[in-house]
Amino acid sequence: MTSTITKPKLAVYKFASCDGCQLSLLDAEDVLLDVVGVIDVANFLEASREVIPGPYDVSLVEGSITTPHDAERIRHIRSESKFLVTIGACATAGGIQALRNWKDVSEFTSLVYANPQYIDTLETSTPIKDHVDVDFELRGCPINKMQLVEVVAAFLQGRKPNVPTYSVCVECKQRGISCVMVSHGTPCMGPVTQAGCGAICTAYNRGCFGCYGPMESANTEALSEQWKALGVDDRGLMDAFRGFNAWADAFREASDRHEAALSVQGVTE
Amino acid sequence: MTNPANPIRRIDVDYLARVEGEGEMHVEVIDGKIEKVEFGIFEPPRFFEAFMRGRMYTEAPDITARICGICPVAYQMSASHAMEDALGVTVDGQLRALRRLIYCGEWIESHGLHIYMLHAPDFLGYESAIHMAADYPEIVEQGLRLKKAGNDVVNLIGGREIHPINVRVGGFYRAPTKAELLTMVPELEWARDAALKTVQWVSQLPIPKMEQDFEFVSVCHPDEYPFNEGRLKSNKGLDIPVSEFNEAFAELHVERSNALQSVIRERGAYHVGPLARYALNFDKLGPLAQDAAYEAGLGPVCNNPFQSIVVRAVETLYACNEALELIDAYETPAESHVPMVAKAGIGHGATEAPRGMLYHRYELDDEGRILEAQIAPPTAQNQLTMEDDLRVVLEENLDMSDEDLGWRLEQTIRNYDPCISCATHFLDFTIERKESGAES
Repeated sequence: MTSTITKPKLAVYKFASCDGCQLSLLDAEDVLLDVVGVIDVANFLEASREVIPGPYDVSLVEGSITTPHDAERIRHIRSESKFLVTIGACATAGGIQALRNWKDVSEFTSLVYANPQYIDTLETSTPIKDHVDVDFELRGCPINKMQLVEVVAAFLQGRKPNVPTYSVCVECKQRGISCVMVSHGTPCMGPVTQAGCGAICTAYNRGCFGCYGPMESANTEALSEQWKALGVDDRGLMDAFRGFNAWADAFREASDRHEAALSVQGVTE
Repeated sequence: MTNPANPIRRIDVDYLARVEGEGEMHVEVIDGKIEKVEFGIFEPPRFFEAFMRGRMYTEAPDITARICGICPVAYQMSASHAMEDALGVTVDGQLRALRRLIYCGEWIESHGLHIYMLHAPDFLGYESAIHMAADYPEIVEQGLRLKKAGNDVVNLIGGREIHPINVRVGGFYRAPTKAELLTMVPELEWARDAALKTVQWVSQLPIPKMEQDFEFVSVCHPDEYPFNEGRLKSNKGLDIPVSEFNEAFAELHVERSNALQSVIRERGAYHVGPLARYALNFDKLGPLAQDAAYEAGLGPVCNNPFQSIVVRAVETLYACNEALELIDAYETPAESHVPMVAKAGIGHGATEAPRGMLYHRYELDDEGRILEAQIAPPTAQNQLTMEDDLRVVLEENLDMSDEDLGWRLEQTIRNYDPCISCATHFLDFTIERKESGAES
């Protein structure tokens, strides 16, 4: 530090996840060197050996809580962070690994590992907010790197991040893409999924599969009716809601509704 | 340093940096003799192989992509090939070419990231590429732009860089037009030049000397440098179809690791990744990459894991050139994917992730739902080889200070560009040095 002006300190942490959301920061190639010019990347192990001790102005947290050790670690991180921002579906909704929450984890362990006694894991994969207070949750599997830059800038400037909470449908309209459900009968999660991806799936002739999680007050029942009209059964709907944001309230409830319908029909998994 | 009052020398490097994911290493040295080298992976287990049971075969490419944000294309490719094998479908022609092209993009992106952001700082003594950028701004900018050129390919074909949305079993949801691909040519031409400069630059880095007798394993194709298809071969006699993976290799579960370690049955550790591909397929690299390799001082086989940075650069050059050739020969296909019907079966797929061979196996029921899934990621396969390297580096450098030795050992691990999220975590490693005559 050569000047008396201290740059704000950023930390990046990983829990159970794929590394993709923190990679988004390194993938912001055009702005990366500008970003590191105005903030101190004080603790970002994917990028640097150097760890400058806390406290930190902003901590970005990727991944979900799946071990007793991690449940402790996140409390410590919270205590060292002025703002704690979760990045991605794992940190915000438990991630794809939250599919374990419907199963018996000891059975999972013995399926994957020959010596399950070596494995220390919790029964559930849960989002960060179930363990500590979170200042902002950035959605996506993966997150949108430009939204990440916006969120970091907003916290450093002391303002609210400009991240829309409307559905993917709005982004489709903005891009002038005709509705894939209406025009070619493709089941699409877009009407209940928060925007942020830029409506990429519909632009590539496929239906949205819910990477950004439920939009505000998502009407999942109406969507289920639409999908059923297109020929998707309860099993297909249950699986669709049990994706990368399976443990987000609206999607979890919808998937449970379809599971209950399946058991009424006498269909077991 | 040894302190007579405290004869145990301990170096703690909690959370090894500049790798993808989390792991642990514990090394013990007594009287200058190495007693223990353990490289443990304890990334929290995520149980992909278990929770995929019951899901449709069509979901495997998107679900398994989430194993790794650095190499999602590799997961999508191995999963797609395994499913197509189970369903008896072949993807050919321009759709096959598109798969090679998106894989070129991932190699350029992943190798660019590792060479410039993760590995080069070790050779020059910087904590990170951000620190390195203060003294080498043009180099770091070149690295970022090269990486971006790779990301642009994945983005255009896949819809986004991380977890692409356009890959499906049987091909793609939408095949890009020739005109779309042509927009990438100028930047890829720049990238090809930059990759050549990268080979020259990394070959001049101070590279530690080391010579290992590796058993290299990679996918080998009769006509191509390997991405998606071929037999599994080694330099010590292995030559099998992908479907015999489980007969040739065993996955062991040891304490302190949440990843399964792979061995070749009866023989032990083996090596997958750029060095293996290079040694087994040098003749398929083409003159541009071959000449660059020779000029960088490499022969057709490289047994020094610290030189993997040079081999990665050579592969990046190959991938840039291959991408340009694929685009040149591309004709927009009439269909974006091959049709298929769900049925019961078993399928295998092995493709070359940037870090090495990635094997998937699925068993499907007659509706096409997954009964069983098996995934052998490259970093898990390299675990034992990484331990062997650590042992050699330790033996040869015991006179180094704890700090220098610790860093050198980290670098030894980073030679493999380990993706610990894939293998299942961060390196939290300790070195203990004891003297047997002393009380500890």
